[in-house]
Amino acid sequence: MARIVVITSGKGGVGKTTTSAAIATGLALRGHKTAVIDFDVGLRNLDLIMGCERRVVYDFVNVINGDANLKQALIRDKRADNLYILPASQTRDKDALTQDGVERVLNELSEDFEYIICDSPAGIERGALMAAYFADEAIVVTNPEVSSVRDSDRILGILASKTRQVEQGGEPIQGRLLLTRYAAERAARGEMLSIEDVGEILAIDLLGVIPESQAVLNASNAGLPVVLDEESDAGQAYQDAVDRFLGEERPLRFVDVPKKGFFGRLFGS
Amino acid sequence: MGIFDYFRQPRQKSASVAKERLQIIVARERAARGGPDYLPAMQQELLQVIRKYVKVNDDAVQMNVDREGDCEVLELNITLPDDRG
Ligand SMILES: Nc1ncnc2c1ncn2[C@@H]1O[C@H](COP(=O)(O)OP(=O)(O)O)[C@@H](O)[C@H]1O
Ligand SMILES: [Mg+2]
Repeated sequence: MARIVVITSGKGGVGKTTTSAAIATGLALRGHKTAVIDFDVGLRNLDLIMGCERRVVYDFVNVINGDANLKQALIRDKRADNLYILPASQTRDKDALTQDGVERVLNELSEDFEYIICDSPAGIERGALMAAYFADEAIVVTNPEVSSVRDSDRILGILASKTRQVEQGGEPIQGRLLLTRYAAERAARGEMLSIEDVGEILAIDLLGVIPESQAVLNASNAGLPVVLDEESDAGQAYQDAVDRFLGEERPLRFVDVPKKGFFGRLFGS
Repeated sequence: MGIFDYFRQPRQKSASVAKERLQIIVARERAARGGPDYLPAMQQELLQVIRKYVKVNDDAVQMNVDREGDCEVLELNITLPDDRG
């Protein structure tokens, strides 16, 4: 039985796809057989971030409709042995993700994989609901910014009520916070919500903090998940988050303001 | 803090304004959550009814749905102004 993990946020553009690619790659590199699914029907992007866009033949909806089987649609990652990508369909039919269809695909994947990472689209429409419905746990991606925090709280409400586990009388699934695009200096100056502020408002466990980083754009330009950039701050922060996800303890890094020298203090703003 | 920073210090840091606003709106949205979908519309209508008799603020009607055993309890709080007009 695989563990199904939804990467969600409510708001768009906060880093869900970046995170899905990073976490899935990190898990696979640690030896766990992992599938990552793009639920963003009509706006396929995970393939680009994973660098496999030219190898897409069949997609998630093709498998649901029986036009292809899973083996044909899954793309084997070239860098991590245990990693497979199921791309989103580019159809404009938002109802293409039927609950039965999604369940069938997840059940079949569950037989083979240890982890299934579901990259949720933004919003609270069908795609987002389907990505969350079968999840065993959630990673809530949030930026330190008012609308992102509010939307994350909204998503937490949905996670608490609209999952298979809850509908079958079980406990609400656990959601952990991944605070991304964090700029420690701006938070220290009181210009950006701090880790503590967001933690206090959302009141969920913290999985990690990913700094705002040029490395993320570089990685997406190259089609390489940023965890593979081992020198980079964001890459290392994602590695830590994967370790914590697997139950290891890791101190937070890249959350303190670098100390400025005398001139920095005089002329820095 | 450097000497020049003193003059740039805003009255209240924007992050703390953001935090306060978030705490209020999130608390309000959580209270409405889990309740029936008609709650916000009902809240607006109640407000209009009350306004036929007394001038009240937009946030005069607060609603809260609680579950007690297998029944739901709708708690309604209406704040009237001090000087009744
Ligand atoms: N830690 C980060 N630092 C800098 N840019 C980031 C970071 N995380 C994400 N981004 C950028 O934000 C944009 C949206 O990211 P993406 O993962 O596609 O978000 P989503 O899937 O939530 O819409 C992309 O341009 C990405 O490069
Ligand atoms: Mg995305």
